[in-house]
Amino acid sequence: MSSEQQKRFGNVLTAPVCAEIDKWVANYPPEQKQSAVMSALRIMQEENGGWLTNELMDAVAYYLDMPRIAVYEVATFYSMYEHQPVGQNKICICNSISCMLNGSGKLLDYLQENLGVSLGEVTKDGKFSIKEVECLGACVGAPAAMIGKQYYEHLTPEILDKILQDLD
Amino acid sequence: MSDNSTFEIEINGVTLEAHPDEMVIQVADRNGINIPRFCYHEKLSIAANCRMCLVEVEKAPKPLPACATPVMEGMKVYTDSPLARGAQKGTMEFLLINHPLDCPICDQGGECELQDVAMGYGGDVSSYTEGKRVVMDKNLGPLIATEMTRCIHCTRCVRFGQEIAGLREMGAVGRGEHTLIGTYIEQAISSEMSGNIIDVCPVGALTAKPSRYSARAWELNQSNSVAAHDCVGSNINIHTFRDQVNRVVPLDNEHINECWLSDRDRFSYEGLMHQDRLGEPAVLDHGEWTRQDWQIALARTAEILQTAVAEHGEDQVGILVSPNATLEEMYLLFRIADHLGISNIDHRLRQTDFSDQDNAPVSPSLGVAIAELDEQNAVLMIGSNICKEQPIIAHRLRKASLNGASIMSLNMRDYDTHFEQDEKLLGCPSGVINHLAAVTRAVLELNNQQAPSDLSDILAHNEPGDEHKRIATKLMDAEQGSVILGVQAISHPHYSVLEVLATQLAETAGVTLGYLTDGANTAGACQAGILPHRKTAGEDRADPGMDAGQMLSGTLKAYVLFNLEPEYDCWNAEQTIKVLTAAEHVVCLTPYVTDTMRGYADVLLPVTPYTETSGTFVNIEGNWQSFQGAVSAHAESRPGWKVLRVLGNLLDLSACDYMSSEQVREELASHVIDVAAGKPPVDRVPVKLFDQPDAGLQRLTGISIYGVDNITRRADSLQKTPVAQDQMIRINSKLAGKMQLRDMDRVFVKQANNRIRMELVIDDGVPDQCVWIPGGTEHTAQLGDLFGDIELEAD
Repeated sequence: MSSEQQKRFGNVLTAPVCAEIDKWVANYPPEQKQSAVMSALRIMQEENGGWLTNELMDAVAYYLDMPRIAVYEVATFYSMYEHQPVGQNKICICNSISCMLNGSGKLLDYLQENLGVSLGEVTKDGKFSIKEVECLGACVGAPAAMIGKQYYEHLTPEILDKILQDLD
Repeated sequence: MSDNSTFEIEINGVTLEAHPDEMVIQVADRNGINIPRFCYHEKLSIAANCRMCLVEVEKAPKPLPACATPVMEGMKVYTDSPLARGAQKGTMEFLLINHPLDCPICDQGGECELQDVAMGYGGDVSSYTEGKRVVMDKNLGPLIATEMTRCIHCTRCVRFGQEIAGLREMGAVGRGEHTLIGTYIEQAISSEMSGNIIDVCPVGALTAKPSRYSARAWELNQSNSVAAHDCVGSNINIHTFRDQVNRVVPLDNEHINECWLSDRDRFSYEGLMHQDRLGEPAVLDHGEWTRQDWQIALARTAEILQTAVAEHGEDQVGILVSPNATLEEMYLLFRIADHLGISNIDHRLRQTDFSDQDNAPVSPSLGVAIAELDEQNAVLMIGSNICKEQPIIAHRLRKASLNGASIMSLNMRDYDTHFEQDEKLLGCPSGVINHLAAVTRAVLELNNQQAPSDLSDILAHNEPGDEHKRIATKLMDAEQGSVILGVQAISHPHYSVLEVLATQLAETAGVTLGYLTDGANTAGACQAGILPHRKTAGEDRADPGMDAGQMLSGTLKAYVLFNLEPEYDCWNAEQTIKVLTAAEHVVCLTPYVTDTMRGYADVLLPVTPYTETSGTFVNIEGNWQSFQGAVSAHAESRPGWKVLRVLGNLLDLSACDYMSSEQVREELASHVIDVAAGKPPVDRVPVKLFDQPDAGLQRLTGISIYGVDNITRRADSLQKTPVAQDQMIRINSKLAGKMQLRDMDRVFVKQANNRIRMELVIDDGVPDQCVWIPGGTEHTAQLGDLFGDIELEAD
């Protein structure tokens, strides 16, 4: 790392983060290390409490030797990358056809009312944020939600309420 | 094309010849069959994302995109069958869903591909009644205006950045309906070829900011011309509105600039009508400047020249000519000087070492055609900031590099390039010489050749390292290779040594030696005889005159300056102004006047820039490219060749009754038959050893990309770009550490008798004990030699 880059990215590209990214880089041929961009962004996002800043994306671009805009393209294309702060528990409600027919709209209404925040906002205590996502691939258990890395299926407002209390 | 075999396909019932690796659209284009398209561009990769070029192909179940459908033997294509037309119409309707249709207030209106194709292939009404998408604009800097709501996501600008400019700054962010073309974070596009995205954009999303809202496409007149800011001679179209230059766009020439243009050539026109333009001739009379008629001003000029020659001798008059003057102007200046017996005439204003000038080529040349650069296997650039100095040549080298060529450099600063450099050698001025000697020695050793006796000392002193051997091997192995001396090599304080070594290196390695010179017409100046040691077409002068350096080291009685601002254009700004101020008489033929110029001049004659005169530039391939004036001369100013013709008459120059610039050119052409043949070599200058490191700090100079000449320096929008705003000096971290300086600190730079305050950047691409300073800028116009001793002082 040159001194300029060291100054700019040294505090985010820490040794454990780099080690973690390197594991993914090792999966690809050396001249295609940019294939690890999605994993690198995920690692960076987890490290930063669930969301990405421009600086973090620039660090990924620098580390994988990519144009910065190419990283921005990936990070804005996929919905699992966040560009605003999120709660400790990011509640993703599926809005696609099966879940919608089975009442995902009600879940969203309930959450917004119960938590006092709208989509994309974080509760004052920083614990929750709500997000609408495209198909979670769990139609068989519709309506479905993903909270953190955990899937929850056949949801109703009552079940959801209990889940949130358990998370609290 | 890799495969020369051909077969037949049928388009709209016509049998056509096709090559196996072609796409349908290429065959159609070659045969004048129109297929609508937005994303396809012949110089860019195929994206096939606009779907406008859908055509019917026999036996295919649905319409196929012509740009991404490879031809097959016996294929039958229909571009205007009901199926094809229906597909095109449907696509057009989709593309217009989010387009604002604000043609009446759009700069692209009248020259818009979307407009044209919608007229030809679209429907009359849209079935879409919902709300349209609106996109917030991003500021892409002073050159490119954006209206991204109009964007149809063809991604030509994105691909241009990635594939041509080599600098991916634009991208498609977001997804689906929310996709936006932009830079994501607000930043000015920094490529020196960025203006080309205005041309490739098929809609009004990206338009030229400087000429925005100023005229409609159909109100403009178009004149072919030649760009006047580098030795490439890019072909341009000048668009004029009410007898003013409104904008400049590229004119396709596959041999030179293809369909591209550098930003400098595109936007420099803004400087043409700067308030500094000189409108009338003026003469200094008892310390007062008075406007005068041409007749009186020219008579005064003739009198000054004749008196100076009669009273002080021919060697007391010096003529300095900008390398951007036209060939015709140069030839007439040569004739006038020759008639008066003056041989102090030169155009090499940023050069200081002329000692090997007798071995210089009659006309400096790239050695290969510009288009042939694409096919080089190995190129060594010496002293060149190629991307900033000749962006089109850099683009060619990038193509060569992508074809697998090794591009290598030997520089006094590690300049950024948009292509891979296989090897980079870096050195202070004497370090560069030693590196080049080591490479030369490595080549001689590989060839089992003895060092020529005059070089034996310097070669013995420089043991080749691995990097020198690698460069030598690559040059030796290249089927087509080049060694190129760039602008900064020519300005090098020991240029003659570099030239001797580079000549030896090229000869031994069996590669061509090329030059990339300063200005638009250096080759023309050499052919026309704007040299103290040679006349027209390289004929030796019996009694060589003073070179630019000598003319400006001690004061002569009288000077003639043609189209230049010496404080920016000469080797030593401070000294030059001092010398000119002390001279008895200075005549300036110039498009612009400044207070500095009024301070030393006696006569000011307004001559026109290249857009207001006919003329010829000789590019670095040796190509004579003539052009006509695009607009009338400003106020009382006159084309330089006309002014010089009248001056010639006043001086009783015989056969000086030219009726047109073409006549002047034809006369010169009859003298210049075969300049490429060169001259028999004369003894080279003795080469001394450079074994002592320079004692103090050394100044290094790169002329700022937008500081190269009087027009560019006045082009407002170019001056607002980040690269022009970067007026900082550069030192490496070692020197900064020693002097306890930090990034962005202010320091005093001391050279000659001046002391200026500048900001510094720490850049480890600068050699030890060196201070890199941008040249051709207001600040540095007070300093001394472009290279040489300098002092730094903390603020």
